[in-house]
Amino acid sequence: MTRVEFDKHLRELKDELLEMGSMVEKAIARAVEALKKRDTEMARQIVEDDAKINRKRFDIEEKCVELIATQQPLARDLRQLVSILYMTVDLERMGDHAEGIARINIRMGDEPLLKPLIDIPRMAQLGIDMTHRALQAFIDLDVEGARAVSASDDEVDALYDQVYRELLIYMIQDPRTIQRATYLLWIAHDLERIADRATNIAERVVFTVTGKMDEIGVSKY
Amino acid sequence: MIDMRSKPQPRGSGVTPSGTATPEGSFPAAGQAEAPLRDLSLTIRDVTAYYGKFRAIKSISLDVEERKVTALIGPSGCGKSTLLRCMNRMHEETPGGRMTGHVSLHGEDIHAAGVDPVVVRRRIGMVFQKPNPFPTMSVLDNVAAGIRLNRFWVSSAEVKDRVEKALGQAALWDEVKDKLNQPGTALSGGQQQRLCIARALAVEPEVILMDEPCSALDPIATLKIEDLMRELTNNYTIVIVTHNMQQAARVSDKTAFLMMDEDRAGFLVEYGETKQLFTNPKEKRTEDYITGRFG
Repeated sequence: MTRVEFDKHLRELKDELLEMGSMVEKAIARAVEALKKRDTEMARQIVEDDAKINRKRFDIEEKCVELIATQQPLARDLRQLVSILYMTVDLERMGDHAEGIARINIRMGDEPLLKPLIDIPRMAQLGIDMTHRALQAFIDLDVEGARAVSASDDEVDALYDQVYRELLIYMIQDPRTIQRATYLLWIAHDLERIADRATNIAERVVFTVTGKMDEIGVSKY
Repeated sequence: MIDMRSKPQPRGSGVTPSGTATPEGSFPAAGQAEAPLRDLSLTIRDVTAYYGKFRAIKSISLDVEERKVTALIGPSGCGKSTLLRCMNRMHEETPGGRMTGHVSLHGEDIHAAGVDPVVVRRRIGMVFQKPNPFPTMSVLDNVAAGIRLNRFWVSSAEVKDRVEKALGQAALWDEVKDKLNQPGTALSGGQQQRLCIARALAVEPEVILMDEPCSALDPIATLKIEDLMRELTNNYTIVIVTHNMQQAARVSDKTAFLMMDEDRAGFLVEYGETKQLFTNPKEKRTEDYITGRFG
């Protein structure tokens, strides 16, 4: 089998993509954990670590461009590389959202949470799971696995609806809760966007395999 | 240090033909070497080559790094093949061919007094555009030809071993092991070219020069040879001339871009890491050439 060199570099790039995915999943998990524990030190670390995620994106991007320039990939090889370029953008934005959650945590300071966190951690877990499954679907070139990711997006949207309604009720009943409620609303919004980005990654998997760019399940937001 | 005098010498005697010990770094350095001396196979300094009165290339200096693939690219007639043939004293075999400047292999001047050109071409082997197995010889004899010509005192059993090793290194052994006595010309084009590579490898060179080795081959045979080139860099240094830019981009670690000047002499425009040259070249002329915006 020929193209040994190209295949080797492509494998390495995919490993780096998975590594970036892992960094992002950890950032999301830790951001919500820090929120639950009200740990602002941990939150500060997450903000600092986001720079590493950004660097990783540019690193992967540079290698993709070099590989395209030097190996002239075509067909599925080319689609894989183009997809990796797009997916690193989605992952980097997800990292930014995790950082956003950490920043809100810091901003909240010593204030207690408005209500115990139930739906927000659930949204985060779904987002992490969706990211993981979408990236695995890319490695496996698994179209069905990719399409299944969008079903979870509906679940996240439903949770977001729920959080929104609950927080609205708090704010209407007691205007003094407005500030704390909006903090939680922003956090829920960050998590909703994370899930959306994971769906984008899943769409790229379908593109890689079929050559067609289709929206899998349009988001409500 | 490799001694290139025609009398057999024990290896590692560290003595140049002029009889003085040569520590690393004593050859004339006309420019800054990018890599430390021990990482350089060939150092080319200020090489100008002529065919009679016609100056084909002028003042070319470059360092070929050890165990890497270096590609020479550029438009037709810019002197790439001439430069390549200067690297192992093949240029002087052309009537009217002569050169000035210095070419050194691991610090030793290949033109120094007393140096045998045949020994130079054993250490710096060459593979040509059109596969050229010796037409009257079998596969085995083709590969063994160099061993026998250089009068290595080897038994016929050892010849067979060295032939097998060379054919293995050229990724050809499995395909020809049952055909060793068939004529070399009975093989396909791609196989013949790998046979020529095996022939060069059998005499244990340090550098292999390839002059458009895939031009006469189909795409699959081409890719096989490209994969082979990458594998060979585990043990050998390779310099390849190619008019196929994409091949240079796929296969090489470093690329030199040559152009013809108004006086029709070829000169070096840019030399750098292949990744860099093909994504962000320093010279506009390089960018114009690789993007096809020429003339």
